[in-house]
Amino acid sequence: MAGLTQIEDIRRIEPAAEERPDADRPAVMVPVDRLHGLMQTLRDDQAFAFDMLLDHTAIDWHTDGDIEVIYQLFSTLHGQYVQVSAKVPRDNPVVPTVCDLWPIAQWQEREAYDLMGVLYDNHPDLRRLFLEDDWQGFPLRKDYTDEDMLERSK
Amino acid sequence: MTVTVHTLHDRISPPTGADSSLQTQEYLINMGPQHPIAHGSLRIILRMDGETIREVIPVPGFVHRGLEKMGENLTSLQFIHLTDRMDYLSALMNNWAVSKAVEKAAGIEVTQRAQYIRTIMAELMRLQSHALWWGVLGMDLGAFTAFLYGFREREVIGKILEETIGARLTMNYIIPGGVMSDLHPDFVRQTKEVLPYMKKMIDEYDVLLSGNVILQERLRNIGILSGKDAIGYGCTGPVLRASGVPWDLRKTEPYGVYDKVDFDVPVGSVGDNWDRYYVRMEEMRQSIRIIEQLIDNIPEGDIQTVKYGGRIKIPAGTYYDHLETARGVLGVTLVGDGTDKPYRIHLRSPNFNNLWVVTKLAVGWRIADIIAIQSTLDLVIPDIDR
Repeated sequence: MAGLTQIEDIRRIEPAAEERPDADRPAVMVPVDRLHGLMQTLRDDQAFAFDMLLDHTAIDWHTDGDIEVIYQLFSTLHGQYVQVSAKVPRDNPVVPTVCDLWPIAQWQEREAYDLMGVLYDNHPDLRRLFLEDDWQGFPLRKDYTDEDMLERSK
Repeated sequence: MTVTVHTLHDRISPPTGADSSLQTQEYLINMGPQHPIAHGSLRIILRMDGETIREVIPVPGFVHRGLEKMGENLTSLQFIHLTDRMDYLSALMNNWAVSKAVEKAAGIEVTQRAQYIRTIMAELMRLQSHALWWGVLGMDLGAFTAFLYGFREREVIGKILEETIGARLTMNYIIPGGVMSDLHPDFVRQTKEVLPYMKKMIDEYDVLLSGNVILQERLRNIGILSGKDAIGYGCTGPVLRASGVPWDLRKTEPYGVYDKVDFDVPVGSVGDNWDRYYVRMEEMRQSIRIIEQLIDNIPEGDIQTVKYGGRIKIPAGTYYDHLETARGVLGVTLVGDGTDKPYRIHLRSPNFNNLWVVTKLAVGWRIADIIAIQSTLDLVIPDIDR
């Protein structure tokens, strides 16, 4: 995979992007306020042409007090992948929505809200996806407790 | 900065009057969660204007089991046994996707024999899955006979898989490092017998259903999905390929022994229901072709490189790997922290991403057409909910 040149290209358009060496594919971490701008360029610039949002999810780094949002992008034009991620504070996890760029983000983001509690700014229809609207808490967070339904192994 | 969170209740009430005339009013129809077209438990709320669909609101979650949460407390070898509960018709490919991600993260090599067995099994599974889909499509559109024929062929393949694997539906067979058990001594002979039979049966499917006038009327030029929309809505698998985008991971990033076989990737030209139908019919023929090339050449050797019941430590880092199930790309995001249990595991299920395109496809069509559209999207609901 021509991974390294791509990271350099991304850093040229977004100097704040940091390379993540611990991922198994070209991966960058950006400050959350630069996320939407970078995503827009990655989709529209024909040198990247990342037209498919393959996957989006969130990871709860509760000991650091962060939630990491991860986007897996794929370009059907170039056959290239890139992973973009950003970190937001756990107590106010507001992330700009990307559903204006990729329609599927609308539901992938609803899943992340439902299970992880990530709030998406400008999302047209942010609500629970799998769970009931009056569900308390966000089950995929590491500190979620439910006496009746959750059992932890030691 | 505040972010507004909605509820389903404000989403569906109150229905607004249609502005065009005084005589009509928009109204809501609730389909499911128990509905034959749901193929599981999926609730769909339709906002209708007369017979015409104005808006589709899918409400999933009736079979949500929290697999991702469970995965955080299970080792990868234990987690394999949950994956076949997602898309039960692609059970082996689900096993394989998680195994593949774990193997990549932990740097485990797999023997050639195991790779051959995995590929043959996955293609048999795809054949079985598509045969069932064909039957169910017939039933959804009112041809119950097709359902019985589809199940007849599924049974034949199911018997072969059962002899080696020991299960009929929720199959656990592919594990990190190889496969669980060696092939049944009769496997090769039986598979070779069943391939010519399947070929004949797929031709029979064409005679029985494909040329039928009612089926053609209900599939052709209905629910047209452009390639651009299919990509934007994250569609993969036959749904994407029917819209003319030739992306098949078996071809573009060969895993298993797909690089050793010769097969074609069928693509559609219009992107309507019919293309989605016929792409799957062709895929069945291609699956037979793949198995034919492999079945005589299974090399001797070990089937497993990791001691069963052993601990596989996932090094710290974020890993993503995917493969092509019968319905599209199943991606596994694995976050390791150096222990044998993943810190976080996320499954990008093909059906979750294929479902939402219905909110665009069905708008403007009649209520009967959403049945055909849903049927050609070939959704398995437990895979959406996970």
